[in-house]
Amino acid sequence: MRRIKAFGRFWWNFVVGDDWRAAAGVVIAIGATAALAAGGVDAWWLMPVAVATILWVSLRREVSR
Amino acid sequence: MTAVFLVLSAFLASAVEFVEALTIVLAAGITRGWRSSLAGLGTATVALAVIVGALGPALTYIPISGLRLVVGGLLLAFGLQWLRKAILRAAGFKALHDEAAIFVREAEEARAAGHVERAGLDWYAFTLSFKGVLLEGLEVAFIVITFGSAQGSVSLAALGAGIALVLVAIVGIVVRGPLTRVPENTMKFAVGAMLTTFGIFWSAEGAGAHWPGDNASLPAVLVFVGLLSAAAVAMLKRRRVAFA
Repeated sequence: MRRIKAFGRFWWNFVVGDDWRAAAGVVIAIGATAALAAGGVDAWWLMPVAVATILWVSLRREVSR
Repeated sequence: MTAVFLVLSAFLASAVEFVEALTIVLAAGITRGWRSSLAGLGTATVALAVIVGALGPALTYIPISGLRLVVGGLLLAFGLQWLRKAILRAAGFKALHDEAAIFVREAEEARAAGHVERAGLDWYAFTLSFKGVLLEGLEVAFIVITFGSAQGSVSLAALGAGIALVLVAIVGIVVRGPLTRVPENTMKFAVGAMLTTFGIFWSAEGAGAHWPGDNASLPAVLVFVGLLSAAAVAMLKRRRVAFA
């Protein structure tokens, strides 16, 4: 059980890291792009805008700690 | 152009990880003896080869759009971590990665540890070296497999990682010390920007969007990420000066 927990923690730290909100933002942005694409909107521009927003919010949080 | 990006990204990301692994292997080798630490290095390398050998071909069976969606999302989450840390380091909000200090700390811990012999090996040196190489190597394996499979060429990504491995190993043998002169934060900045660029590109494609000019838009995305990061560093530096 301990090893499974350690394995899970390793992958969580590896992919998500210390700001889970940024990872959640990525998932939401991908979902929104897919939803727009399904509705016939070619939303290639959404991911760059989302990344700029996610990065800025994440940096602000870190700096104001 | 995409092939150059692919090789360069895999090379830079792998070089950073190999430099970190080298510091750990050197600390174990110099303080506890080379035989056990090199055995740890060799065992971890075999374990990594098995992981890459098993996962690499398996990923080719997944449809490319689904693969790009998942890989793009993972790379973006992973790349944003690198980029955020590199921006904070460049702006002075986070301490720079110091291989010399890490080497001293690892070496002190290795000297203080007791001697346990298993299978004719100094177990501390073996496990320290094994864990260091395996954990740093897993990041390399992750990058090689994800980059390679999403771009349809694991071999090109592996080539970039292979060149980095040979280069770091040669320099490590020559220097016999931690590679303190490697501009690690600059490299991490570049890797973070490239991971984020590929992440943006592939996740949007995987989600069903079409980039204007297809692969030709990749350099434009990289420029966008580069400018965004430079602007963030400049703004944070100004904020730091204002609050000083």
